[in-house]
Amino acid sequence: MDTTGESHATTATTTIVSRPEKFVGNNESAHTARRSSWNLWATQIASILRLEATRNFLSSRSMLIYLLAAMPLLLLLMIAIIPPNVRDWGSLADTKNAFAVFYEALILRTVIFFGCAWIFMNLIRGEVVDRSLHYYFLAPVRREIFIVGKYLAGVLVSTSFFVTMTLFAILLAHLPHHATASLNDFTNGNGAAQMFAYLGTTLLACIGYGAVFLLIGLYFRNPVIPALLLYGWEWLNFLLPPVLKKISVIHYMHSLVPVPVGAGPFEVLAAPTPAYISIPGLLIFVGVVLYLAARRTRRMEILYGGE
Amino acid sequence: MSQTLAANSDRMIVFDDVSKFYGDILGVNRISMSLAPGITSLVGPNGSGKTTLMNLLSGLLRPTRGRLSVLGMNADQPEQLFRKVGYCSQFDSFPAGMTGIRFTSAYLGLHGFDRRTAHELAWTALERTGLTEAAKRRVAGYSKGMRQRVRLAQAIAHQPTVLVLDEPLNGLDPLARAEAMELFRALARDGSHLIISSHILHEVEAMSDRVVLMNNGYVVAEGGTQGVREEMPDRPLQILVRCRRPAALAAALFTGEHVTEARVIEADNTSGLLLRTNDSEAFYLLLNKIVAEGRIADLGLEGVAPVDDDLQHVYDYLIGAGRSH
Repeated sequence: MDTTGESHATTATTTIVSRPEKFVGNNESAHTARRSSWNLWATQIASILRLEATRNFLSSRSMLIYLLAAMPLLLLLMIAIIPPNVRDWGSLADTKNAFAVFYEALILRTVIFFGCAWIFMNLIRGEVVDRSLHYYFLAPVRREIFIVGKYLAGVLVSTSFFVTMTLFAILLAHLPHHATASLNDFTNGNGAAQMFAYLGTTLLACIGYGAVFLLIGLYFRNPVIPALLLYGWEWLNFLLPPVLKKISVIHYMHSLVPVPVGAGPFEVLAAPTPAYISIPGLLIFVGVVLYLAARRTRRMEILYGGE
Repeated sequence: MSQTLAANSDRMIVFDDVSKFYGDILGVNRISMSLAPGITSLVGPNGSGKTTLMNLLSGLLRPTRGRLSVLGMNADQPEQLFRKVGYCSQFDSFPAGMTGIRFTSAYLGLHGFDRRTAHELAWTALERTGLTEAAKRRVAGYSKGMRQRVRLAQAIAHQPTVLVLDEPLNGLDPLARAEAMELFRALARDGSHLIISSHILHEVEAMSDRVVLMNNGYVVAEGGTQGVREEMPDRPLQILVRCRRPAALAAALFTGEHVTEARVIEADNTSGLLLRTNDSEAFYLLLNKIVAEGRIADLGLEGVAPVDDDLQHVYDYLIGAGRSH
């Protein structure tokens, strides 16, 4: 048990100068409380997660994420409250198809894309703008651990927002119009599997887009332009030849969604990538990105004046 | 490298031909010096390279050329280095939404301390900087002096042995300044390195073991104030001797070669001799001899004091009076 902190606490005084015991020089004993490398790294990552949670859930900057996450839900809520006699909602299958389009077009390609852009590009860039990055760089943390901690914090924040949003979106899309059929489909049909497939796709999209935006935020002083170029690339993915389609996140997410969505008559067809390839491939991609990000961060200097 | 040298470098901060350029702009150039434990003050005008030197020392910047080590470590070993180094920078910015105690303790988790220990260390640091009453208030509502103190608390919370403090007295009221200076002295007495930049020369002089004078990215002089002053042969030391017969004393002193100029000062109730010497030690020996042998009758020696061996004069001579510092 470390007692150093206790001894400091019990000899508390109220002014700067009057604490009598030796303050500096006993840091060796204080540091004996530290653990092995793995435990230390876990503690450091947990600290980063706590710091980032405060920044991302409670700061004014996070308002945009709340608004983005609320947007599909508000749309679905408005649709849900339209009286049944105004419009014919068709069968449950029709609703599922409509939701698949809604999910890919709005949730996946827009809300999650821009939400991840905002969260992950601000992980480092936001600290530079706020001039608070040096607090991390002055801590005894390997830059690799710093990057992993930051990335995991981004994944935690983005999935908290968007997996939750996806879950409520599924419920709002189905229950108001086909409550009984939906519950039956959930318990006896493939409703539960589809719901988990959507949630899993959202999770993987956060992981994939997060990695891309972390890198963009590190390598570009103004990351908005590359983010918009990436947005265009992802939207036009359906027009690309099969080889180029695979250089995107949306291609793999498109392959994972439970209800296939066609992109219209101009779509260049390509075989979907199976989950046993796309998921490990995504994780390998994330590993490569984190390696590059760590390399970049190791060489980083604090030059706020130039930002 | 011999064992003694290696052991010494493990206790020293060593700059070895360190240069830093921001593109084409010079930050610091060819800095070579070794700093022993104690208080070292960096003094120089704005843009002289003080903050660059501190940022290099704390690993926030990488040298363009040369090497530096802190207690035998460098910035490529952050896990070891930053356990020993605390830096209170001039960046007056904080993560959003944090209270004083949260700000001070939050980053201690990165040192590997558990939450309870981190909280206790943070509280101790806040006590040392006199900020416990405001500890649970948000930093955003702090005055400038309080923000300075909470940054200082954050820098010392993990009990570093090397403390780098960039203008740490800025924004503090006179009482807090005195308390902070006493804190710095206490830390130095415990064997810590304190590297402090300040533009308040009399305070620097009062607390420093050595000063490093910087100008335009170069170290102009380093050492104790007296030592630096004595190494300025082109600037003979001015000494005021108060006595009843200054003219006679001047004549006697000119028998030695080290007195270069003497001016008799006569005022209403006092008289004296203001003289310049390029060898103060020889001058004092000669003066002692004159007095001891009673060479001048009724000399009435009242006092002898150098008038330009303080940091302000050293600064003015080396860097130039009137420049902001």
